[in-house]
Parts: sequence; structure tokens; C-alpha cells
Amino acid sequence: MAEAQNSPTPVGSTTAGQIAVAAESTVATRMSAPPSFDVADFPVPHGREEEWRFTPLERLRGLHDGTAVAAGQGVKVVVEAPEGVTVETVGRDDARLGKAGTPVDRVAAQAYSAFEQASVVTVPKETQLTEPIRIAVHGEGGAAFGHQVVELGAFAEAVVVIDHTGDAVLAANIDYVLGDGAKLTVVSVQDWDDRAVHVAQHNALVGRDASFKSVVVTFGGDLVRLHPRVTYAGPGGEAELYGLYFTDAGQHQEHRLFVDHSAPHCKSNVAYKGALQGEDAHAVWIGDVLIEARAEGTDTYEMNRNLVLTDGARVDSVPNLEIETGEIVGAGHASATGRFDDEQLFYLMARGIPENEARRLVVRGFFAELVQQIGVQDIEERLLTKIEQELEASVA
Amino acid sequence: MATLEIRDLHVTVEADNATKEILKGVDLTVKQGETHAIMGPNGSGKSTLAYSLAGHPKYTVTGGTVTLDGEDVLAMSVDERARAGLFLAMQYPVEVPGVSVSNFLRTSATAVRGEAPKLRTWVKEVKETMERLHMDPSFAERNVNEGFSGGEKKRHEILQLELLKPKIAILDETDSGLDVDALRIVSEGVNRVRETGQVGTLLITHYTRILRYIKPDHVHVFADGRVVESGGPELADKLENEGYEAYVKGGVSA
Ligand SMILES: Nc1ncnc2c1ncn2[C@@H]1O[C@H](COP(=O)(O)OP(=O)(O)OP(=O)(O)O)[C@@H](O)[C@H]1O
Ligand SMILES: [Mg+2]
Repeated sequence: MAEAQNSPTPVGSTTAGQIAVAAESTVATRMSAPPSFDVADFPVPHGREEEWRFTPLERLRGLHDGTAVAAGQGVKVVVEAPEGVTVETVGRDDARLGKAGTPVDRVAAQAYSAFEQASVVTVPKETQLTEPIRIAVHGEGGAAFGHQVVELGAFAEAVVVIDHTGDAVLAANIDYVLGDGAKLTVVSVQDWDDRAVHVAQHNALVGRDASFKSVVVTFGGDLVRLHPRVTYAGPGGEAELYGLYFTDAGQHQEHRLFVDHSAPHCKSNVAYKGALQGEDAHAVWIGDVLIEARAEGTDTYEMNRNLVLTDGARVDSVPNLEIETGEIVGAGHASATGRFDDEQLFYLMARGIPENEARRLVVRGFFAELVQQIGVQDIEERLLTKIEQELEASVA
Repeated sequence: MATLEIRDLHVTVEADNATKEILKGVDLTVKQGETHAIMGPNGSGKSTLAYSLAGHPKYTVTGGTVTLDGEDVLAMSVDERARAGLFLAMQYPVEVPGVSVSNFLRTSATAVRGEAPKLRTWVKEVKETMERLHMDPSFAERNVNEGFSGGEKKRHEILQLELLKPKIAILDETDSGLDVDALRIVSEGVNRVRETGQVGTLLITHYTRILRYIKPDHVHVFADGRVVESGGPELADKLENEGYEAYVKGGVSA
């Protein structure tokens, strides 16, 4: 089911695909420790572990080995919510924290063990918001550990836009808890300054017949490593996970997705696209989908595409599908990394199109289809504008 | 009247860590309204000439001059050459993922014409030109050359030729890989552009077949990196009967 590539994988990049039919999940056993809220349950990674092998540990600024210490105000979080939404700042012992998932690696556990206050945003049942909830996370230069909860009651509908800006060394967990029939769209934009380090686990627990849509957009930062994860609390749930990244020279952007089809008759659709340019731009995409034995009627598809614009950039793309039951509607994956090469550039320029515009044309076209799928009008426009800016900045 | 003048053009490529001279002093003058056929055996340097005129970065000009109406073509970037009125229909057009044909055509026409064509007339112009080339309208929404058959790629090249209306058109083996019907359709497209009298055509081909549809005013035999003989249409007939044997070293025809 791995799709053919339309141009050869650029030198140094890898794309591997695997579909395993197994009685027991290896997604779990590939991790060096079972999930836990306690950082002490995870050994300090040395870099060769399966879940760390692509990440430059030395650039984590101590998030992985306990040397990063929260100092003063690392990040400032401002939540702006329309009427009817409850926004609370709570202590570590609040019962609503950690319900959507458990940290799966040392940095997530470190965040969970170290945060002092959490923010809980609640949309009561049957409330349908017409305006988005906006969460601004602004780095003030220091290290920080965070926890955010967004909970939707049954049949509630909301859009949440989380903007990450400024400079920070941030480790965080976010829980999205969707009640039965709830609909949540979350757009998380990583628009950090050049030096920022951001490692986060996003856990979604999708209720019966609920729909979760996640849009992850990563432009900035020195190192960004995100773990969007989905589990289903009941049958009939749907998850759409979209991602878009633009990796520039020197940046490391890693998106590690996991969809756990833990309930029958659920759907998931994963589509991530990235463009890379510049020396040592490195994008990593891991797409793990597990269809558990009890999850009959599952329908899942995951796709990752990368467009490498210049020499010196590297992509590692690893889709991985594990199927424990044959009673499913569909399951597939595709991964491809293509190059925008000199011949394509020549072809466009030979038709009078200047070099910068040729690159823009290709990148815009590459992302357009994905942006259209997002389905939130003002977000789409913002993304297209942002892509233009990235191109202006890097092509100039 | 637009004139392309090629004088003593020498071109090299880098291959296997060695510099290899491919063009060894090409002389040729093409005027608006004229059609020149360049015929030669495989590997004689025909595509190299075409790419060098368009400015492909793989080819290094080591000597000679190329001017278009007195302007130094060799000093221009690839896109500048196109905007100056040079067009190259490629032997092997490349796929450009993510860019639709309609977007590509419009961007290109905007660049070459210096302003965006009016949307309504443009849509009509594209539609009608595609119809005449027997291209299905669905091509407009496909990505440039992606999954196109050999013949479809060639039609797409001629579609661009018709829309961009260059001063000088270089057609590199536009006939290769086409069946008789496709050859006729593509040739008709070229002839529509020629009939305007506004284009000088450099028709590069290995076979005489296309010359039944597109009548050249001049025929040049190209061998070992230069023009070795020039004449009228009758020279093509001679090649048809005798092949390239007489022009190839050692007498072995390609
Ligand atoms: N980019 C390149 N790198 C190395 N060698 C090249 C390159 N381009 C052309 N050559 C060599 O130059 C010579 C001329 O090639 P060219 O493609 O110009 O010939 P042609 O006359 O167009 O042939 P054909 O009829 O097969 O299209 C050949 O020996 C070819 O191998
Ligand atoms: Mg050739």
C-alpha cells in the first residue's frame, strides 16, 4: 500500500513503510519504557533508543536529562475564550489532569512531574461556540513545563487555536477530552523564534461518535518535537490529523503520531506535508497506527509527503500500521519524499517564470490541497499567508 | 524582424570528472517567419544546442556568441531568455509535482506577456487551444506533465508554444514517440503558429517524417557538434534516401 514516489528520494533522506499484522502490538514494545506520569520511570535517553534515534539530544537544552530547570516566567499563557467557556488555573492535584493519555517518553513525563500550575478550559455540554478559543503561549526566554486541558462536554462544538511564539525551552502535555458526540478542532501553530525548543505530547481522548480534528503547523524553533496521539473512548469516533511544516536551515522538526484504534467502528485520517530547504534542515515524521483486536470496522489512512527544495535537507519518514484484526473497512498508508530539482526549476524558468516565483509556485501548490482540507476559513488564509512569508524570507 | 544569430558556438559538459566538448563551432541564423530543420544522428549534439540556447545550467558555453535582435542571449538568465522571446519545446519535459497545468500556463503567460492576461479571454484562449490539440479539458487540473504519456507531454509543449507566441521556437524532437495521428495534431499546432509569420522555427529532428507536415525553408545537417551541410528542402529528401552515413565518422550511421 506504500505509494510510488514521483521523484527519487533525495540523498540522505529515508522513507520506510511497514504494515505488520501482529497478535500483539510492537508499537508499545518499541518504546524504552511503558507510559508513566513519573519521570523516574524513564531512563535518561542516550540517543540510540527507537523513540530518540532521530532527535539531536544535545539540542534539547536539558529537557531529557533533568538539567533543564524552570526559572522565573518561562512562558506566558493567555487564554481568550468566548462566553460560556470556563477557564481555570489549577494545581497539580486537580482530578481533571492526565485523563486523555499518559506520557510516553522521558520529556513528557518530565513535563508532567515538573509543572506547577495547569490551565483547564471547559466547554459545557451542548454548547456550540461560534468564535474560537484562543490560547497564546509566548516564550519569555526561560525553561518551562506546562499542562493544558481542553474538555468538551457531550455534543459541545469548539475550535481552539493555540499559538506558540517567542523564545522558550518548553516541555508540555495537552489533554483533549471529547465527550460523546462532541466536535473539536484544534489548530496548534509553532511559530517560535529561531532558538526555541518545544517538546510536547498532545493526547486526544475521543468520545463515542465524537469528531476530533487536529491541525499542527510548525514553522519556527530550533527543535520542535510533537507527539499528537489519539485514543477512542467509545465506538463511532473520528479523528483527522493534519500537519504542515516548513523546515528551514538548521531546524529539527519532528512529528510523531500515534492513533490507537482501541474501539470498534472508528475512523482516522492522517495527512502531513512538509517542505524543507537549507543546510541541515531535518524533518522527522513517524506515523504509528494500531488497530487493536477489538477495533473491528476501523477505517484508517495515513499519508506523509515531503518536498525537499534544496540540497542539504534531510527527511526521515516512517509510517507504521499494525493490524490485530482483519474485520476492518480499510487501512492504508503512503509516504513519499520528492525533490524540487534543478530540472523542474529549469523547466519553469524556461517558460519565463523567475526563480523565486518558480519555487513559490511549487511550494504553494504542494500545500494548497492540505490547507483546503482544514476547513476553517480564517485559519486557511492565515496559513497561506504564513507560507508566503516563509518563502519570502528563505528564498530572498 | 526578429533574428537569432548563433556564431561559432562552443559548448562543453562535465561528465565523469572530465570536460567534454559537445558543440564545436555552430553557425546558424534564424529569422522570424523562417523554418529551419536541423537533422542529425543520435548524439550529434542537437539537444545540447537547444538546451544551450535556453540556458540550461549543465551546459557551459566556452566560445562564440548568440544574439537575439543584437541582444546578448548568453548573458541572460533562463527566464530572461524566455521573456525575450525564446521558446524551447523539450525532448523530455519534466514533471512538476504540485503545480497544476492551468496555474502553470497562467503564471508563465503572465511572465512572458508582462501582465496577467484578462481572466475571461484567457480561459477561452486556453480552452480553444487545448481543443485544437485534442487535449481533454481535465488536463488543466492535472499537475504539469505528471503521469502524461509521451504524446500528451508533446501536446502540452505545443500548447505552451501557441499560448506564449515566442519570436524564436526551438522544437527538440517534438515528433519522437508520436503516432501518426498525434504527429498530425502536433504539426498542425506548430503550423498555426508559423502561419502568423511571427515566429522563427528551429525544428530539431532525427527523422524526415515530420517534414511532411511542417515544410522547412532550410535544412541543416548536424554532425559531431556542428552544422556540416545546409540546403533547401531537397536536402531532407537526400537524407531520407541515404541516411547520415556520409556525415558520420567511420561511415557508421546512427
Ligand atoms: N548533461 C550531459 N552530461 C553528459 N553528457 C552529455 C550531457 N548532455 C549531452 N551529453 C552528451 O553529448 C552528446 C550529444 O548529446 P545530445 O543529447 O545533444 O545529442 P542529440 O543529437 O540530441 O541526440 P538524440 O538524437 O539522441 O536526441 C552525447 O554524447 C551525450 O551523451
Ligand atoms: Mg536530443
